[in-house]
Amino acid sequence: MNRQTGELSVPELCLVVLVGVSGAGKSTFARKHFLPSEVVSSDFCRGLVADDTNDQQATGDAFDVLHYIAGKRLARGRLTVIDATNVEPEGRASLIRLAREHDCLAVAIVLNVPPQVAGERNDARPDRNFGLRVVKQQHSQLRRGLRGIKREGFSRVHFVDLDRVDEVTITRNKLWNDKRDDAGPFDLIGDVHGCCDELRSLLSALGYELSGTREAPVVVPPQGRRAIFLGDLVDRGPDSPGVLRLVMAMVASGAAICIPGNHEVKLLKKLRGKNVRLSHGLAETMQQMEAEPAGFGEQVADFISSLVSHYVFDGGKLVVAHAGLREEYQGRASSRVRSFALYGETTGETDDFGLPVRYDWAAEYRGRAMVVYGHTPVPEANWVNRTICIDTGCVFGGKLTALRYPERDLVAVDAVKTHYEPTKPLQGSAPEERPAYVLDIDDVTGKRIIDTRVRHTVTIREGNAIAALEVMSRFTIDPRWLIYLPPTMSPAQTAPSDDPLLERPFEALDYFARNGVERVVCQTKHMGSRAVVVVARTSEAAQARFGVGDGKQGVVYTRTGRAFFADDARERELIARVAAAFERAGLWDELNTDWVCLDAELMPWSLKAVELLRTQYAAVGTSAGAALREVVASLRGATERGTGELLARFEARQAMVAGYSAAWRRYCWSAEDIGDVRLAPFHLLASEGATYFDRSHVWHMQTLGRLAEHDPILMATAYRVVELGSAGERAEVTAWWEQLTADGGEGMVVKPEHWIVRGKRGLIQPALKCRGAEYLRVIYGPEYSAAENVERLRARGLSTKRSLARREFALGLEGLYRFTEREPLWRVHECVFGVLALESEAVDPRL
Amino acid sequence: MLLTITTTHQPATDLGYLLGKNPERTQSFELPFGEGHVYYPEATTERCTAALLLDVDPIGLVRRAQGADGFALSQYTNDRPYVSSSFLSVAIGRVFGQALSGRSRDRAELCETAIPLEARLAVLPIRGGEAFVRALFEPLGYELEIERHQLDADFPQWGDSPYCTITLRATLRLQDLLRHLTVLVPVLDDNKHYWVGSDEVDKLLARGEGWLAAHPQREAIAQRYLRHQRSLTREALARLTDDDEPEPIAKEDEHHRQEEALERKLTLNDQRLQAVLSALRRHGVRRVVDVGCGEGRLLRELVRDRTFERIVGMDVSPTSLERASARLRIDELSERRRARIELIQGSLTYRDKRLAGFDAACAVEVIEHIDATRLAAFEHVLFEAAGPACVIVTTPNVEYNVRFETLPAGKLRHRDHRFEWTRAEFEDWANGVAQRHGYEVVFEPIGPVDPEVGAPTQMGVFTR
Repeated sequence: MNRQTGELSVPELCLVVLVGVSGAGKSTFARKHFLPSEVVSSDFCRGLVADDTNDQQATGDAFDVLHYIAGKRLARGRLTVIDATNVEPEGRASLIRLAREHDCLAVAIVLNVPPQVAGERNDARPDRNFGLRVVKQQHSQLRRGLRGIKREGFSRVHFVDLDRVDEVTITRNKLWNDKRDDAGPFDLIGDVHGCCDELRSLLSALGYELSGTREAPVVVPPQGRRAIFLGDLVDRGPDSPGVLRLVMAMVASGAAICIPGNHEVKLLKKLRGKNVRLSHGLAETMQQMEAEPAGFGEQVADFISSLVSHYVFDGGKLVVAHAGLREEYQGRASSRVRSFALYGETTGETDDFGLPVRYDWAAEYRGRAMVVYGHTPVPEANWVNRTICIDTGCVFGGKLTALRYPERDLVAVDAVKTHYEPTKPLQGSAPEERPAYVLDIDDVTGKRIIDTRVRHTVTIREGNAIAALEVMSRFTIDPRWLIYLPPTMSPAQTAPSDDPLLERPFEALDYFARNGVERVVCQTKHMGSRAVVVVARTSEAAQARFGVGDGKQGVVYTRTGRAFFADDARERELIARVAAAFERAGLWDELNTDWVCLDAELMPWSLKAVELLRTQYAAVGTSAGAALREVVASLRGATERGTGELLARFEARQAMVAGYSAAWRRYCWSAEDIGDVRLAPFHLLASEGATYFDRSHVWHMQTLGRLAEHDPILMATAYRVVELGSAGERAEVTAWWEQLTADGGEGMVVKPEHWIVRGKRGLIQPALKCRGAEYLRVIYGPEYSAAENVERLRARGLSTKRSLARREFALGLEGLYRFTEREPLWRVHECVFGVLALESEAVDPRL
Repeated sequence: MLLTITTTHQPATDLGYLLGKNPERTQSFELPFGEGHVYYPEATTERCTAALLLDVDPIGLVRRAQGADGFALSQYTNDRPYVSSSFLSVAIGRVFGQALSGRSRDRAELCETAIPLEARLAVLPIRGGEAFVRALFEPLGYELEIERHQLDADFPQWGDSPYCTITLRATLRLQDLLRHLTVLVPVLDDNKHYWVGSDEVDKLLARGEGWLAAHPQREAIAQRYLRHQRSLTREALARLTDDDEPEPIAKEDEHHRQEEALERKLTLNDQRLQAVLSALRRHGVRRVVDVGCGEGRLLRELVRDRTFERIVGMDVSPTSLERASARLRIDELSERRRARIELIQGSLTYRDKRLAGFDAACAVEVIEHIDATRLAAFEHVLFEAAGPACVIVTTPNVEYNVRFETLPAGKLRHRDHRFEWTRAEFEDWANGVAQRHGYEVVFEPIGPVDPEVGAPTQMGVFTR
């Protein structure tokens, strides 16, 4: 406490332990200086477990609850105040342990109040019936313990005397590692290890101007930029003192920020006279230091001891630490956080070269912040789940690398030579040993809440995830290919009963008009199977972007993520044709990409569904045909015995069954040759660095329509643009639909002109389908159109389907946004998995 | 959909008395699933035919089925309205109940008399083929005429449908004909429309009185008649499969049976389990996880041996886990024994911290079910992330397949196998894994070793 002002400082995130006898005024103090939600009091917890805030029998349970609440708060990064007497060292020790478990600092505030005063206060309160004796006992316990309190592990201990208590003000200090309000831009530089020449070249390449002398270097950064050194400036290389001089000058002038590496820590120990083995290049450094003037060692020691082991920048978006930092440790302060930041985490084993085996924290990293680090030399700087190691082994003859933030560009200069022979060859840590492709079960299971940018959050229930896990593990294609699953689509509102139809254009058009859409795109609904096509310009491009290692140039998969073709050769042929059509249409260059993801319909229906057609559609037609033939013949034989009315009815049923068989047969043909297949792409979803949800559906239709000119197996999808305000255009499109469906077409899909439309209650349906009367026999059964049947079928609820359609749409887009922004695999997979999980929701399959 | 019964017993119109339905009138009856109509296409003294026409309400079927899970009726596009099925049995019971119980107000004596009868069913689905139809009806003295229907005239390559129009002729009591039909029609259809409860057993025994006990197919009849429901979990999974595809998971059992049948002669599965167990014991394993535990065969062996202190079975399929739980009677175990074993849902291509802390992991006949491109993820999950001291992997030796007489050349043993490896391929992979993750691996054949093609199964035991 500041003697003059009464100001008392605590870290922004810490555990504040109030210490004082009953009646010392702890609760009053806490109320005055902290939020009610920040204070956890032992009396309150006694009340929680025993309905009596003074029940001493309940103390054990009450403290369990207190620790639990405080632990949860600290884990979430909330300052927490413990309002309990805490007069015994044992009790304080358990709170310090709790703070350390959550990598937080603990601060004690001791309220010094004479026992008589406290006793009087207690007497004045009707709920406190213990006498002065108890308070005196607490007081003597407190006094005995106070002598050692500063050594108990608190980062600060403040004493507040009774006469000063009213003057106290509390200020909350930022942690040293908290630079959240500094957003850069930065140039982050990996392990230099005494490679002074390379560092100077790199700084020049980054636009820094170097001048001055070796002893007093001057470095002027490009406008507004600063360098961040990730530690390990020294050892092994030819000129560690030169590097130190440069960096120290830059830090002093504000041109750089520096964090320490394990080599600096060891050098500091040596400089401070501790007994340290001169290994791993420290001997070279010490030798080089001898050439420096007296006092330089002292300057270096002061510099190193001033360094903070990690920083959090830019609102929490960037974290730097020499050896990286797990999410739970970011912005925290404890010796294990410091140790992780300096040394990383090792498994305790050593590899064939005698080097410690490192625990691959980056592969498991699921944090939001970008973590930039060095420490372990790698041949190339690669992103692994939003983390990047930019120690590219300059001193071992690799290169010195910088990462520009926020641009994420890498800038590197090659080593002049191999300054130091590595124990393990640099090429050893190839990318396949850093499996960013490994997904974690926690990425997908349990109840999940996924943030999407078009619709806030989407919640996935645990039960749905269970079903999806089996499908995703056993039946889908490799998750690295699976960047998108299409959403389900709702039909238009059911037509009212004055119309013999179940679905018609009027309701679909009306839906969008009511939601403020001015123009819609109506497209033919092809009757085949939904297919997502991911295709690259070459198989090398596919490997580079998707990294699956199966030699494929692309994949075709179903709406549930399975391979569309059982036969790889079939897939290969189709992919090659699509890629070639893109080539001929000039679309690769026009879109400036070497891969695309398309949403399409693949025909004939029988290509994929032949089992279903045989076991269900053909089977129903056959059984119905054969049975009704027999029935009608036998009814005809009995007309004089009163079967006339039945006969008429069953003849009508016979006609409906004939219509049904004609309906499904239209969508089937034999496709032994790839030339018999038809692919009708209708959405150009994504390509390198781009999604196309900001383009109108007309653009999608026109762009993809061009493919049809270059290959007959690619089909353009017929469409109409309809001005919803024009009755004439509405009538025209209705007539168009009638014609389509009369010719045996499935129907049409109506979409708003633009992809993402929000109405009064959030996102509206991205599309509605409007199916033809004959096609619906395939869905609702041969005899659905009989008046008594169609009336009952009108009672169908669309709300679940529509809610799913909106959620799956949001997830599908989110996955592609993330993929094109090169987010880690698990972030993309989370969305795709979510769509699959939602698809396991029980919903009327006929909608 | 249609059952006609014809007699040439004189006077043939007595059939009307036996059925309790006047040949001169067409009558309709309310049934739970629609209506039944009775009329006579022919009614002379020489020959009389009664028709029972089921007028099934196709929309009502689906509407009523909603909520009753796992049911063929949840599809509108459904053969149920057109075939002879358990609906027909219900209709016979309701409409011809008196005849079924062998009573007649006006022709009591005729009820007890064997008369020439012909029954015709349009159409009858026959699951089990023509031979099964004959095996059901011929032992009862019927002469059969079976007319198969082609699946679709436009697609002759699809072959025959499972439907036929069938005519049965015999001289017997009308009651017996009706009893036979009420039992055997649903048996042939093998797809009951209602929940099968314990009262079905009583019904089967009553209708089978006097003929079922001696029927050579009685076991098959009972099994199919008392058809079991699929579990609710499976229903959730069924929703996940493509609209365009029949459910692959439902067929799983069948594929497993096929693989087992293939390997049965060798009692290969037992040998495999014994080989795994002895490897585990040899390495002093106390805590073991069986990844891809399936229905828990290995787990059952592990539980029997007290040296295994902690046993966890992991599988990705909730259905398999349900069965494993039933097989191990997990719900009945005492608390102490319950604490030894745990079943968890997990996937071998997702890293899982629950796999940490075991002495050994077993992957028995698992890797061949994983796509080759995802083996790298499997390798990471098991050998890197979990990394127990001992890992046991078994997989088929594809070289041995030529020794399975019933397996066509080039075919794999199980439809879900993504690959089957030769010994060299397996050893190659395993040596690579061992080297990458610091394990030693030794190989062991499982089953009889053929000098040319080796053993049917190969095992790699990884230790470190």
